[in-house]
Amino acid sequence: METSILFIQLLNGLQLGILLFLLSAGLTLTFGIMDFVNLAHGALYMLGAFFCATLTLYTGSFLLAVILAIPLTALAGFILEKLVVQHLYQRDHLDHVLATFGLILCIDTIVHSIWGPEGIAIPLPEFLNSQVELLPGIVFPTFRLLIIAIGLAAAAGLYVMVNHTRVGMLIRAGASNRTMVGALGIDISTLFSGVFALGAALAGLAGMLIAPITEASIGMGSDIIITTFVVIIIGGVGSMKGAFLAALLIGLIDTFGRSFLDDLFKLIMSGEAAETAAPAVSAMLIYILMAVILAFRPQGLFPPLTR
Amino acid sequence: MVLLLAVVPYVLYVTGNTFWLDIFTRLVILAIAACGLNLILGLGGLVSFGHAAYIGIGAYAVGIPVYHETYGGMDAIASYNGFVHLGLALLCCAIFAFITGVISLRTRGVNFIMITMAFGQMMFYAIVSIETYGGDDGLTIDLRSELPFINLDSPLSLYGLCYISLLVVVFLTYRIRNSRFGITLQGAKSNEERMNAIGVNCYKYQLTAFVMSGVICGYAGFLLGNFTTFISPEMMDWTRSGEIMFMVILGGAAMLWGPVIGAVLFIVLEFVLSEYTVYWHLPFGLMLIFAVLFLRDGVTGAIHGLSSSGARHQS
Amino acid sequence: MNKLRTAVTVAAAIGSMAIGSQTLHAADQVKIGFITTLTTGAASIGKDQENAVNLALEHIDNKMGGKPVELIMADDGFKPEVGKQATDKLVKQDDVDFVAGYIWSHVLLASRKSVLDAGKFLISANAGPSPVAGKLCHENFFSTSWQNDQTPMAMGETLNKKGVKSLYVMAPNYAAGKDMVAGVERTFKGEIVGKDLTKWGKDAQLDFSAELAKAKASGAEGIFVFYPGKAAGAFIKQYEQAGLKDSLPLYTVFTIDSLSLPKLKEGGMKSVLGSSMTQFWSPDLDVPANKKFVADFREKHGTYPSFYAAQAYDSIMLIKSAVDAVDGNLDDMDAMRAAMKKADFPSVRGEFSYGNNHMPIQNFYSRTVVEDADGNWTTEIDQVVLENHQDVYAADCSL
Repeated sequence: METSILFIQLLNGLQLGILLFLLSAGLTLTFGIMDFVNLAHGALYMLGAFFCATLTLYTGSFLLAVILAIPLTALAGFILEKLVVQHLYQRDHLDHVLATFGLILCIDTIVHSIWGPEGIAIPLPEFLNSQVELLPGIVFPTFRLLIIAIGLAAAAGLYVMVNHTRVGMLIRAGASNRTMVGALGIDISTLFSGVFALGAALAGLAGMLIAPITEASIGMGSDIIITTFVVIIIGGVGSMKGAFLAALLIGLIDTFGRSFLDDLFKLIMSGEAAETAAPAVSAMLIYILMAVILAFRPQGLFPPLTR
Repeated sequence: MVLLLAVVPYVLYVTGNTFWLDIFTRLVILAIAACGLNLILGLGGLVSFGHAAYIGIGAYAVGIPVYHETYGGMDAIASYNGFVHLGLALLCCAIFAFITGVISLRTRGVNFIMITMAFGQMMFYAIVSIETYGGDDGLTIDLRSELPFINLDSPLSLYGLCYISLLVVVFLTYRIRNSRFGITLQGAKSNEERMNAIGVNCYKYQLTAFVMSGVICGYAGFLLGNFTTFISPEMMDWTRSGEIMFMVILGGAAMLWGPVIGAVLFIVLEFVLSEYTVYWHLPFGLMLIFAVLFLRDGVTGAIHGLSSSGARHQS
Repeated sequence: MNKLRTAVTVAAAIGSMAIGSQTLHAADQVKIGFITTLTTGAASIGKDQENAVNLALEHIDNKMGGKPVELIMADDGFKPEVGKQATDKLVKQDDVDFVAGYIWSHVLLASRKSVLDAGKFLISANAGPSPVAGKLCHENFFSTSWQNDQTPMAMGETLNKKGVKSLYVMAPNYAAGKDMVAGVERTFKGEIVGKDLTKWGKDAQLDFSAELAKAKASGAEGIFVFYPGKAAGAFIKQYEQAGLKDSLPLYTVFTIDSLSLPKLKEGGMKSVLGSSMTQFWSPDLDVPANKKFVADFREKHGTYPSFYAAQAYDSIMLIKSAVDAVDGNLDDMDAMRAAMKKADFPSVRGEFSYGNNHMPIQNFYSRTVVEDADGNWTTEIDQVVLENHQDVYAADCSL
C-alpha cells in the first residue's frame, strides 16, 4: 500500500518535472545565449495551449492539433522576437523584465479578447483518456505517461541537437562567447531568432500537454513562470543539464511535499497544527529550497563553465 | 510638482471630490515606496523584485496590534498607539530586510532578482496561512493608528502626513545620494570589483542600503494600512513588486524625482485607462514596452534630454 | 524643476477633468452600483451576473418606484484592493444609492466598510463569509445568496441520507475553502479519512495528481470537493482521467454550475454526470419567477443561468421592492430597510425570509447532474435536505 502510493507519487513528480523542463529549456536557452530574461515565456506556453485547444475543436483530433500548433507557436515566438525582443538584447536585465512584463499584459488581454475570459477544455481521444496498470495495484493515467514520454524524447532531442549538430555547436559557442561567434561570420540575428522560436515551441508544447489536464486559460502563463524561473536559477542559469535536473528536483519535491508533508508534520506536532502548517510550508517549499541553495551556491547547482 | 501635490488635493477636498483626494493619497504613499525601492535599485543597481513584502509587513504592523487590542490576545503588541505600530513596522522590516539581504546580496544579476522575489513570496504564503489575521481574505483595520496632534481619520490630515513624509523621504534620498555612503554605493554599482580592490567593502554598504530601502517601504506600508483600513496578502504579491519597480523605471531611476513622477504617471495611467475599457491592460502593456524601448532614462530623463541634450545623467 | 512643466500640465489637466466630471446627485433616478469580476479568468462569472442584472432591469422596464434606474457596473479584478477602490469610487464619486454584487468573500470584507460608513445599502449577490453574518452584521447589509457554511452543511446531510460512511475531502487553502470543509464536517456523521487543502491564489495548484492518488488509496466511499472557477474544470478532468467515477463517487459544492457544465460537456467529461451537489436554487426549480427568469435567460444567451446569475437577478428585485415601497423617496432609509427585511418580492428561489442578520432563511436542495431533453447538461433537484435553514452565525449578530 505505502510503496505503491510512493511509486505513483514518484511518477506524478516526474511528470511535473518533465513539464517544467520543457518550459525551462527555452528560458535557459534564451538566457544562456542572448543573456535575455524573458518573463513573457509563460505567455507563449499559454498561446500554445490556446492554439491547440482551438485546433482540437476544429480538426477533432488532439494529436493533429499538437502537430499543427507547435510550428504556430514557434512562429508567434519568432514574430515576438523580431518585433520587440531583438531590440532589447543590448539592454540590462531590468529593461528585459519590464518590457516582457508589458508583453504579458498585452498577450493576456489579446487572448482575453479573442477567446473570451473562460478557459477552453481540450477533449482527449478515448485511448488517452484512460488508465494503464503498470504493476499489479498501480494504476496510472495514460496521458500522464505520454507527457513523461514526450518530455523525455524532447530532452533527448535537445541533447543530441546541442551536442552533436552544427546548430548546437553554434548555440554552445554563443553561450560561452557571443562576440566571438559574431566575429566568425555567423549570422547572429538569425541564430537568435531561431533559438527564441525553438524556446517558444518548447514552451508551447508544454502548454499543449498540460491543457488537457487543466485547461487553456488566461493567466496560466504567469502562474507557472515563477516556478520556471526557480528551476533555471536552482539549476544554474544558462545550463541545460542544470535545468533538466532542477526541473525533476522541483517536480519531485513539490509533489512529495504536497502528499506527505502533513503526515510528516503530524509526527512532530498536533493534528490541527499540522493541518494548518503543512499546506503553507508545501506552498513555500520551492522558494525555501531556492533560497537555501542560493545561500550556499550563489550561481546555482550547475552553473555553465564559461560566462 | 511639489506645489501641485500640496494644493490640488486640498482644492479637491474642499470642492467635495473626496474620491480624488483618495487617489492622491494612494499616489503619494506609492511614491514613498518607489523612493524607498530606488535607493537600492537606482543608487545600488540591485534590482529587488520583492519590495511589496515590506509594504505588506508595514501594513500588517498596523492591523495586527489593532486586531489584538480590539479582540484580545497577544498583549505584548496589542495597541492602538501609532508609535507602537510605526516602531513595529520599521523594526520588522529592518529585521526581515537584514536577514534576506544577508543571503540575497551574495547573488547578482537575475539571481538577485529572483531570490528577492522568492523571499517576498515566502512572506506572502506565510501571511496567507495565518488564519487569525484573515489569511487570504485579508484583515480589516477597525481603527486607525492614534497619533498626537494628527487625527488620521480625517482624510486631509492623513494626506498631509503622507505628503510631508514624501518630502522628508525625497530629502533623505537627496542627502544619501550626495553623501560618502551614496557615492560609494554608486561606485559599487558601476564597478564592484574596482571598489573592492581599493579596499571598500561593498557588501556592507549594499546591505545597509537594502535595509534602509526596506524600512522606507515599511513606512509606506504603515501609511497604506492607515489609508485603506484593509490589508490583504494580495498587496505582497510579486506583481505588486513589479508595479513599484515599474514606477521607478517609468519615472527614471537615475533621477531624484524619478520615482515620484513615475508613481504619478502610473496611477494616472491606470485610472484613466481603466475608465475607458476593461481591456486597459493592452494599452498599458504597450506603453510599458514603448517606455522601455524608447525612454532610456524614464520620463524625467526624456524631458531632461529634450531640454538639455547631452547631460543625461545629471539630476 | 521647471523642466517638469509637461508632467505638471498633464496632471493639472487630469485634475481639472476630475472637477468637471463630478456628477451631482440626481434625485430623479435610482442609482445602483454593481461590483463584479469583469477581467481575469473569473470574468465569466461576472459576465453571467451582468447578463442577469440587465435581464432583471428589462423585466421591470428599467423602473423602480416610478423612477428610471441608472446602473453602473464596476470591476473588482478579483482583488480585494481593486474591489475596495471601485467601491470607493461608486460611493464617493458616483454617489449611488445601492451597492450590490460581490462574488468574492475577501472583496466584500474589504469593501463593506466603505459602503456602510457612507450610509448606503450593501447587497451581497454571492459572497457570504461568516463575519458579515455574525459579528460584523449591519442593518444596511442584505444578502440574496447564503452564508458560506450552509451549502456544505446541506451536503453533509445529503451524504448521511445516502449512507456514505467514509469521505475524502479536498478544497483550496483559503478562507472560503476552509469554511466549506468546516461546513461539511459539522453535519457529516461518517468518518473523514483524508483531507487536502491545496495551494490557492495567483499560482494556484491545478494539477491534483498527488491528491487524487492519495484519495484513491484511502479507500473512502466518496470524495467531497469545493473548487470554484477554473479549478473546477481541471479537477473534474483529472478525476475523469484517474478513472475514479465508480470507486470514488463525487460530491461537490460550488464546483459544478451552469458555467462549467457546457465546458465539461465539450471536453467529454462524462464522469460528472450523476454526481451530487447541494444548492439553495436550481434552474429546474418550479417557481413562476424562476421559470420566467430561466426561459428568458436561455433565449437571450443560449445557456442556463448560473446560481451567480440567479442571485444577481434577485438582488435587483430586492432593491426594487424597497424603492417601490417608498415610491421612489430614496431618503427614507428606514422604510426601505423595513421593506427589504420582509423579502417581499418574487424571488427565483421561491418564498424565503430574512433572519436577524439579514441573511436568507431558505431551503437547500440536493441536486444531481443530468443530461436534459436537448442534450444539454444541467442539474435536477432530488429533494429538500435542509428546510428553512438559518446559518449558525446569526446568534453572534447583535441586530
